[in-house]
Amino acid sequence: MKAVSVPRSILNEMKTHARETYPDECCGFLIGGLPPSELESTRGISTLVRAQNEFDGERRRRFLIRPEELRDMERRTEREGRAILGFYHSHPDHPARPSLFDQEHAWPWYAYIVLSVTATDVPEVGAFELDADSSTFHSLPLEVVPTAAPSPGVAGG
Amino acid sequence: MPKATVKVPTPLRPLAGGVSEVALEGSTVGAVIRTLAADNPALQRHLFTAEGKLRNFVTVYLNDEDIRYLAREATPVKEGDIVSIVPAVAGGAPNSAREGRSSAKLVGIEPTVQETFSREELRRYSRHLLLPEVGVAGQRRLRQAKVLLVGAGGLGSPTALYLAAAGVGEIGLVDFDAVDLSNLQRQVLYTTADVGRPKLAAAKERLEALNPGTRVVPYEERLSSENALEILRSYDIVVDGTDNFPTRYLVNDASVLLGKPNVYGSIYRFEGQVSVFDAKRGPCYRCLYPEPPPPDLVPSCAEAGVLGVLPGLVGVLQATETVKLILGKGEPLIGRLLLFDALGVTFRELKLRKNPHCALCSADATQKGLIDYPAFCGVPAPGAAPKTGSVPEVEPEELATELRSADPPLLVDVREPEEWAIAHLPGAHLIPKAELPERVDELTRARALVLYCRAGTRSADATRLLLDLGFSNVRTLRGGINAWAEKVDPSLPQY
Repeated sequence: MKAVSVPRSILNEMKTHARETYPDECCGFLIGGLPPSELESTRGISTLVRAQNEFDGERRRRFLIRPEELRDMERRTEREGRAILGFYHSHPDHPARPSLFDQEHAWPWYAYIVLSVTATDVPEVGAFELDADSSTFHSLPLEVVPTAAPSPGVAGG
Repeated sequence: MPKATVKVPTPLRPLAGGVSEVALEGSTVGAVIRTLAADNPALQRHLFTAEGKLRNFVTVYLNDEDIRYLAREATPVKEGDIVSIVPAVAGGAPNSAREGRSSAKLVGIEPTVQETFSREELRRYSRHLLLPEVGVAGQRRLRQAKVLLVGAGGLGSPTALYLAAAGVGEIGLVDFDAVDLSNLQRQVLYTTADVGRPKLAAAKERLEALNPGTRVVPYEERLSSENALEILRSYDIVVDGTDNFPTRYLVNDASVLLGKPNVYGSIYRFEGQVSVFDAKRGPCYRCLYPEPPPPDLVPSCAEAGVLGVLPGLVGVLQATETVKLILGKGEPLIGRLLLFDALGVTFRELKLRKNPHCALCSADATQKGLIDYPAFCGVPAPGAAPKTGSVPEVEPEELATELRSADPPLLVDVREPEEWAIAHLPGAHLIPKAELPERVDELTRARALVLYCRAGTRSADATRLLLDLGFSNVRTLRGGINAWAEKVDPSLPQY
């Protein structure tokens, strides 16, 4: 089934990142093994890598991962036979749903996890994917699995 | 003109024929990228704005240099250069609370019951909701699940009924047959009143009556190499309820190529087999059977007969495995082949291993797409002239005339004794097809022979055999005893 599967420990890391960065937006990479054959089935996230929010301006409402950082990450993961499966970012004091800005700047296939974060809490988490025709986001089932798979390699960042 | 290698980023590969890089000619970076987009029109909107400009959030590198710091799209390309397309990723919170509300549906991790199910649904699924392994979260997964059943016959009937009852959100059905009276002995989706109707119309009605919350999508066509990937693509799980080898290999191959689990079931007389082929986690059908059996070795239900309850049992096991896969609970039959024998009432389990050299699902797979399955299995293509065309035939009416003549041909019935007991032609000699090679001495080469079976397939094979053994005056009755009953002697039953 098409879904995103995230170990609870990684979900917690995402929440911690969102709270630490509040009131700015946080962002990062979701890394895992590439599903065999066709590029569409459950994305099993095995590693989270924090990214720098490079948005030049109001970082409370925007984030940007620079292409250089993305290209380097693609190379690193490719060397290890893994791939960037998607990205996460936070919406400080806003719901965990994609904004129009998210939609305009999203790519198909990647999984986008959005965390709603307040000063005290992360009340909502949602997972989304852009439709192939880029017209809209649809929600992806987010499966929280109990234990993280061993994640050698690109942890940290 | 110089040729450059263009590196396609992961999210755009499905739109670029699945490749990670492609060699293209062009004198500038812009020309190379525009050729890529022209070759793969689906890429256009992701790379260029409506005005035809490279999108802001697409970064292009020539070797290791961002082309914005070179001559942008006009940057010249040399032979062997590497052009990398890299997406920049950006996003942010909604501009207003209103925008947030109008966006996509929220997916909370733990939705409340009220958000998810109506009062009526809670009642309908209450026995599921009581199970800790299902509960509200599991029932929601069932509702989000999309399952494709290939074949709405003996296996597909019970599977479809139980999946609809369980609350599976979408059931796709592939079949192109009409309901025949002889189906009702095992195909419990249909009633006597449905005889003659297209199966899918009857099935949709029955399943939606059982559970209006289940969407039934009919595909009234033969699954083929041309349509299989398209049909399977939008489903989460594929259930194989086919009755022939070409379709079985096709279902397996398409499932592996698309990365979908394939819940396999098959039946033969009193024996059933069930397994889950999920190439990501275990073997596929080709790991088990790299080559199909010779076309004549395994007869269909129509030829061999089947205990009516058997597909019920196997289909329900397939439904059980499907529900478990959706819920992510229990131990699926991955890497295990379950064998059931109804006569002895025994279940046996065989361990299946992934074939490290599987042509389809191993690391060194050689098969990257769908193939010609009828040719692979050595059977005529669907819709092509039947095999009987290659041996001399006689029409029922023609045979009736010959039998009244002074020198009538000898009739040879190549069916099984059980079939002989249902009906046979007067004066015929019974030699089941399998015994023919040993009992060929019972036949004289001096007399004209006409072979028949139920519908003409087995007798055509037997005719071919006799011709190969040197018989010259031998023909097969076209359409078998069923055609004879239809055209010559309506007092005989058809079966």
